[in-house]
Amino acid sequence: ADIISTVEFNHTGELLATGDKGGRVVIFQQEIESMPQFRSEYNVYSTFQSHEPEFDYLKSLEIEEKINKIRWLPQKNAAQFLLSTNDKTIKLWKISERDRRPEGYNLKEEDGRYKDPNTITSLRVPVLIPMDLMVEASPRRVFANAHTYHINSISVNSDNETYLSADDLRINLWHLEITDRSFNIVDIKPANMEELTEVITAAEFHPHQCNTFVYSSSKGTIRLCDMRISALCDKHSKLFEEPEDPSNRSFFSEIISSISDVKFSHNGRYMMTRDYLSVKIWDLNMENRPVETYQVHEHLRSKLCSLYENDCIFDKFECCWNGNDSVVMTGSYNNFFRMFDRGQRRDVTLEASRENIKPMQVLKPRKVCVGGKRKKDEISVDSLDFNKKILHTAWHPQDNIIAVATTNNLYIFQDKVN
Amino acid sequence: MFPKGTKRKFLDSAEDAATATVAGEQGPASTRTPSPSYSLQRQSLLDMSLIKLQLCHMLVEPNLCRSVLIANTVRQIQEEMTQDGTWQIMTQALAAAQCPTDRLVATEVLCRQSDPAAAAAAGQSPKPYPLVGGLDRGYHSEEVVMEAGDAHKEALPTQSYLAGPFGMGPCWEEEQQQQEEEEEEDGGDEDGEESEGEDVDERPEVDSRPGEQVFGTFEIKQQPPPPPPPDPALEELFSDVDPSYYELDTVLTGMQSAPKMGPYDLLESLSSHGPQPLSPGASCRSDLNELDHIMEIIVGS
Repeated sequence: ADIISTVEFNHTGELLATGDKGGRVVIFQQEIESMPQFRSEYNVYSTFQSHEPEFDYLKSLEIEEKINKIRWLPQKNAAQFLLSTNDKTIKLWKISERDRRPEGYNLKEEDGRYKDPNTITSLRVPVLIPMDLMVEASPRRVFANAHTYHINSISVNSDNETYLSADDLRINLWHLEITDRSFNIVDIKPANMEELTEVITAAEFHPHQCNTFVYSSSKGTIRLCDMRISALCDKHSKLFEEPEDPSNRSFFSEIISSISDVKFSHNGRYMMTRDYLSVKIWDLNMENRPVETYQVHEHLRSKLCSLYENDCIFDKFECCWNGNDSVVMTGSYNNFFRMFDRGQRRDVTLEASRENIKPMQVLKPRKVCVGGKRKKDEISVDSLDFNKKILHTAWHPQDNIIAVATTNNLYIFQDKVN
Repeated sequence: MFPKGTKRKFLDSAEDAATATVAGEQGPASTRTPSPSYSLQRQSLLDMSLIKLQLCHMLVEPNLCRSVLIANTVRQIQEEMTQDGTWQIMTQALAAAQCPTDRLVATEVLCRQSDPAAAAAAGQSPKPYPLVGGLDRGYHSEEVVMEAGDAHKEALPTQSYLAGPFGMGPCWEEEQQQQEEEEEEDGGDEDGEESEGEDVDERPEVDSRPGEQVFGTFEIKQQPPPPPPPDPALEELFSDVDPSYYELDTVLTGMQSAPKMGPYDLLESLSSHGPQPLSPGASCRSDLNELDHIMEIIVGS
C-alpha cells in the first residue's frame, strides 16, 4: 500500500478518488444497500497509473510522481472526467465504462486472427453483446511545462471550461481543451529571489462566480482576485488577514499562521482556511478577521519547538465542508480528526484506526489531556503519535459520509442510520 | 517523539522560552537584555534553523515553502538579536578573528580562553556562515548570492545584512533558470531572456571566487578580511560550485566525503553542549563554540 496523498468525492458523491505517492489513482464507487439500512459501501471501481516518475535531465532532478491533487469535472455525458496533478504536470483523465463488445466480424475470427477472404461466403452485421463491466481510464489531455515550481492546487472553474493551477509562486489559467498554452494570472516571484519571503500555498475558484478565485499564502493571508479587472491579478480585490494576537507571539508565529488549505463553502458565501493550529471561517464580505475560529489541537501550542525540530510544524492539513456547510472537518495527529458543528457549537475528536474499532461500530469520541491527571480513555499529549497524521479528508457532497485518509489507509465513515 | 531524554529536557525549557512573549520585553532596545536562558534557547533555535536550511537539499521532497518559513524565522531571530545587541557581540568576535580558514581550533582550547577576544585570536574563523553558503552546492546556482563588492561597504547596517540570502538564493533557484525559457508566451519570453542573461554574466563570478562570494554574503564588518588562502577542506566544500549542470551525485559525494553525520547528529552535538555559563562573555563564547563545532563537523577537520 502506498501513501495516500489526496482524496476527493465527485459532484454526486457516487465516486471517490484517491491519489497516492506512487502516482496511482484509485476510484471507488458507491453502492447503496436499501435493506436493511440505507448503508453505503464503496468498492474499487478503477485503478490506473496517472503519473510516472520523471527525470529532468537539464537539472538532474527527479520529478516525483506523487499525486498532489485530484479534482473532478462535473459530469456531462456517460463518461467521468477528472484532473490529476503531480508537481509539474496536470492530466485530464476520462473514465468510461464498457459493458458490451462487438462480435461477428466478417474478416476476423473471434480471437482476432484475420480470415482468408476467399473462405467467406456470406456477410453478416456484427452485433454488440453484453460483457462484464470494464472500466477504462484514458488520458485525454496533458498540461505540461507551465510550472517552474511545485504545483500545490488545481481548481475547476464554474464555467466548466477553464481551470487554474497554482504553484509556490505563480497561478496559471488553462482551458480544458488547450494544452499548449496557459495564461499566467498571478505571479508573486520577486525580481530578486533573495527577497522571497512569501509563497502561495493554495488556490481555489469561487463555486459560482467564474471570475473570482482566492489564493492563500505562507504568511497567513488570503487574497481574493477578480479576473475581470486585469489580465494579471497581482493586485487583489480583497485581502483577508487577521491581526496577530500579541499575547501569543513567538518565533513560530509566522510558521503556524501559514495557511495549508483554503476551501469555499458550497453556498459561496464563506471560505475556510486551515493553518497549523486552527480552522478559520471567513465571510467574504469581511476582510479584517474571520467570523469563526476553531482550535484543532491547542494542546500543541506549547510543543511548537519540538514540532519545529521534527518538521511536523510544516505538515499541511486540509479541511472540508459538509454538504450544507453546517459542519467542517479537518485532520490532526495520532490518526485523530476533528469535526466542528458551526450551528450547534459542538466539536468532536474521532480516531481512524483499526485497533479499537470494528466495522459498523459507532466511533467513540476521543480526548487529549494536557498535563495534570489523565482521565480514563484520555490520551496524554506526550503519547500522541506524530507519524500518524491525517492530512486529507473529504465529505460526501450530499450525505453524511466521510472519507478519511491515514498514511496508508482510507477510512470511510457514515452516519448511523437506525 | 523525543528520541533522547536529555534532548527532551533541553527542549522543553526551550519550548517555554521560545514561545515566551517577545512583547513582554518592553523598553528601549539598549536597556533590554534578554534573560540568559532565553538567549540560549534563541541561539539554539537559530542554529537549528541554519542547519535545516543547510540540509534542505537532503530532503526527500524539496520544499520551497518550508525553506522560506525557516529563512524568515532566522531573519526574525537575527533582527531581535540585533536589537538586543547580542548580534553585534557575536559578529564582532567572529570578525575579529582574521585567521586562515584551515585553523579550526578544538573547543577545549577555546573554553580555556578568558575572554572572547582571546578566544577569537586563538583561531576562530568566520567559517560558520559559509555553512549555509554551502547550499550553493545543492542547487544549480547560476545566480550570484551577493556581489562580493557589496560585502565591504563601510556602513552596512546589520539589518540590510538580513536581506542577504544566506545562500538561499541559489537554494531556491534550483529549477528556475532553464525552465523560464520554456514558460508560456505571456511573460515567458522576457523572463527567459532575462534569466539567461543573468546566467551568462554571473557564471564567471560563481566560478572564480566561491569563497569570497560566500563570505561576502555574511560580511558586515568595516574592515574587509583578507581573502582566505585556499584550504583543502574548503576547496572540497566548494569544489562543485561549477556553472555546468553538475549532478546530484557530486553533491552527494561532497556530503559523503565530510564525516558521516546526518542532520540529527548535528543537532545532538549542539544539544550536548548543554547549559552554558551565564556571563555575557561566556555566552558569546558558547555561541562561538557551537558554531565552531558545527563547522568542524561539516568540514571534517
